[in-house]
Amino acid sequence: MSTATTDIDRKKSNFSIGRMLLEGRAFFALIVIIAVFSFMSPNYLTVSNLLIMSSHVAIYGLLAIGMLLVILNGGIDLSVGSTLALAGVCAGAMMQGLEFQALGAIYYLPVWAVVVVTCAVGALVGLVNGVLIAIFKVPAFVATLGVMYVARGIALLMTNGLTYNNLSGRPELGNTGFDWLGFNRIAGIPISVIILAVVAVLAWLMLSRSAFGRWLYASGGNERAAELSGVPTRRVKITVYTLSGILAAIAGLVLSSQLTSAGPTAGTTYELTAIAAVVIGGAALTGGRGTVGGTMLGAFVIGFLSDGLVIIGVSSYWQTVFTGAVIVLAVLLNSLQYGRTGRKG
Amino acid sequence: MSDQSPVPDGAPDARKVVLAARNVAKAYGNVHALKGVNFDIRRGQVTTLFGENGAGKSTLMKILSGVIQPTSGEIILDGNPVAFNNSTEARDRGISIIHQELSLAPNLSVRDNIFMGREIMTPTGVDFAEEERQTRQLMKELEEDIDPLTPVEELRLGQQQIVEIARALSVDSRILIMDEPTSALSASEVEVLFKVIRDLTEAGVSIVYISHHLEEALTITDHAVVLRDGNMTAYAPRAEIDLEWIVRNMVGDNYDLGSPPQTDMGAPALSIRNLTLPDPAGGFNLVDGLSLDVRAGEIVCIYGLMGAGRTELLETCAGRLRASAGEIVLEGKEVSHLSIAERIARGLALVPEDRQRDGLVQTMSVGENLSLASISSFTKGLFTQKKAERSLIDDSIREVTVKTSGPSAAIGSLSGGNQQKVVIGKMLATKPRVIMLDEPSRGIDIGAKAEVFRLLSEEAKHGLAVLYSTSEVSECLSIAHRIIVMHKGRISAEFDSTATKEKIMAASGESVAA
Repeated sequence: MSTATTDIDRKKSNFSIGRMLLEGRAFFALIVIIAVFSFMSPNYLTVSNLLIMSSHVAIYGLLAIGMLLVILNGGIDLSVGSTLALAGVCAGAMMQGLEFQALGAIYYLPVWAVVVVTCAVGALVGLVNGVLIAIFKVPAFVATLGVMYVARGIALLMTNGLTYNNLSGRPELGNTGFDWLGFNRIAGIPISVIILAVVAVLAWLMLSRSAFGRWLYASGGNERAAELSGVPTRRVKITVYTLSGILAAIAGLVLSSQLTSAGPTAGTTYELTAIAAVVIGGAALTGGRGTVGGTMLGAFVIGFLSDGLVIIGVSSYWQTVFTGAVIVLAVLLNSLQYGRTGRKG
Repeated sequence: MSDQSPVPDGAPDARKVVLAARNVAKAYGNVHALKGVNFDIRRGQVTTLFGENGAGKSTLMKILSGVIQPTSGEIILDGNPVAFNNSTEARDRGISIIHQELSLAPNLSVRDNIFMGREIMTPTGVDFAEEERQTRQLMKELEEDIDPLTPVEELRLGQQQIVEIARALSVDSRILIMDEPTSALSASEVEVLFKVIRDLTEAGVSIVYISHHLEEALTITDHAVVLRDGNMTAYAPRAEIDLEWIVRNMVGDNYDLGSPPQTDMGAPALSIRNLTLPDPAGGFNLVDGLSLDVRAGEIVCIYGLMGAGRTELLETCAGRLRASAGEIVLEGKEVSHLSIAERIARGLALVPEDRQRDGLVQTMSVGENLSLASISSFTKGLFTQKKAERSLIDDSIREVTVKTSGPSAAIGSLSGGNQQKVVIGKMLATKPRVIMLDEPSRGIDIGAKAEVFRLLSEEAKHGLAVLYSTSEVSECLSIAHRIIVMHKGRISAEFDSTATKEKIMAASGESVAA
């Protein structure tokens, strides 16, 4: 009796080690990346470098959390890179002052108001995506592709293709402090990293503990079944695209603050990096499967890998190759994890 | 025991048996789908495999056709042991299978589907003319007026199944395995299929047939084999058996779908008044000015053929489809303007017909599926309450007796019957006043069917109004107090529980076989 039990136990533990390696693949990939680069460069594994790299990750990470919500719903949001640029440009324009010719006056908004209005712009872009997809049944890929062009075009029109280089505001007008987002630190940790952590925790709470999270997983897993179970699937859909737009706007604010400039071409192809982070984090592009933790690991894998390659002096062309290889590997492992669950006959 | 031939063992007689399985077992992790089965396919005859869902029928057929490999045991073809690594190897040896789930490419034509993967090649490319000619020939044999160039997606489900059958026939197999080939066919199409099967057996082809439709299978089979829980329980030639024998060996001795329970019938819980649902494609109304009352504690059965409008009626009541006219009144209050979620909250729940497509979220666990429709009942403020959810799930699993390793098990790990119980349990957890079930017995075995009906009578005793639809007459004459027959969107007849099968079938527009 006891031998039989241990036999079963051993089988189980073997099974779970393989399983653990597979499920924790993003985590182990991150460990390997950190170990390899630490070995190759003494500067890699220092607190200051890790914090700098993390503040880079923050941009991708914010976009990736929004992308995760959309992908969990079985959709895709190609417009986040453009939304990020549009948000940055809007913030830049407001920091220059809003000129109303009819009134003959220029309004200078305080920074908190700039942040709120910019997030509202992001939300609006996301809302357009959501309404197109949920109400007018435009395929997500097409709708967000269109919005991607429109948002980028508006950003270019607003600036005539130029970049706002002065975001510092004027002390006498009381609108200084925009650089706080990109440069300040609390207890030594960059604000951008703190924002990412807060957003990640909120998203995690929403997905794992709230009714909305359950609705999202259900409608991504099987929309028809979710609808018949009383899940407001349209509302869920519109909400996730809106949230994705807001997060893109926040990322735009952080990025333009870090760069101390807001240009209409910022964030080009960032949507693809965000998708890659979500996929590396183990989410299924078919919807219904994925976690915030995984997505965060995915964002860190991409960020730490590309910064590491820069630090050891590898050509940026090689970085592209490596990033691509990691993405393909991640998808291979995803299909290994989700593809094997056979159906009972 | 006198009416049972002994289970075959030892070496098969190669003159009579073309393909045999000996001690074949298949395990998925700790789940033993097959536990050492012996099975003979007789040359030029029809062998039917009976068994409940999860008995191992499909697993055995997949092993014989090379789709999966057995954990242990032997496959013997013409007296020689063989091992198939994949279905192509099996097909090259003359074994082909018609799967339960259709495996056609909907965007391709009938011709391209039939010759998919084995196109007739000439040095200059695919010989479409020859493929088309052969397709026409096959369609003629199957007495089906389908143009070879029609895209499959434009065909009815039954015609698609015909195409699937034609594809298997086109390979010139010696052994043809048919897993539920008739589930979407009309009565006349089944007739033609059976004629084709007889022609094939006369030509020396050996057939393995699987069907949940027991009476139908009995008319075609030469031998019957019954599987239960991965074991072979009985084996006999056609002459020695009858329906009762099959059912007894499939489920054990208590085969009874129940009788109408004694309940306290109250006021009408659901009143449908002149409900009309137009056909979006034009033509007849799918539901045509239909009126119906279901009282609290009453069980009403809707019988009808495919296309009679049963599903449309129930989906309109649930709120997925919008009626063009009429009222849906739940406990005295009009609900037709409400959303699905609001109707569920008021106590009107639907268990949909297709549980894979409409009932279950495959990416979620058993527990998450059970609690899906009642999330608000365990949400306080912003967050769901783990304890409250857990107790709701545990209650549900107990109430509908789901056989599962636990709430966190994958929904795909359950058998069809247990999946159906999860869908029913999910809707019962919303504490409905009226529950509508669209073909609750579809694709589940007799044992699970009986359990579902027992559960429904229990709920009716507690005052629940039950409205279920079915296309099997025997299910009308079980727990229902009242039987409504639907035909072309209208009620064509109404019976109490003393009706006979013949009367019900006649009212549905179905010709009663003599």
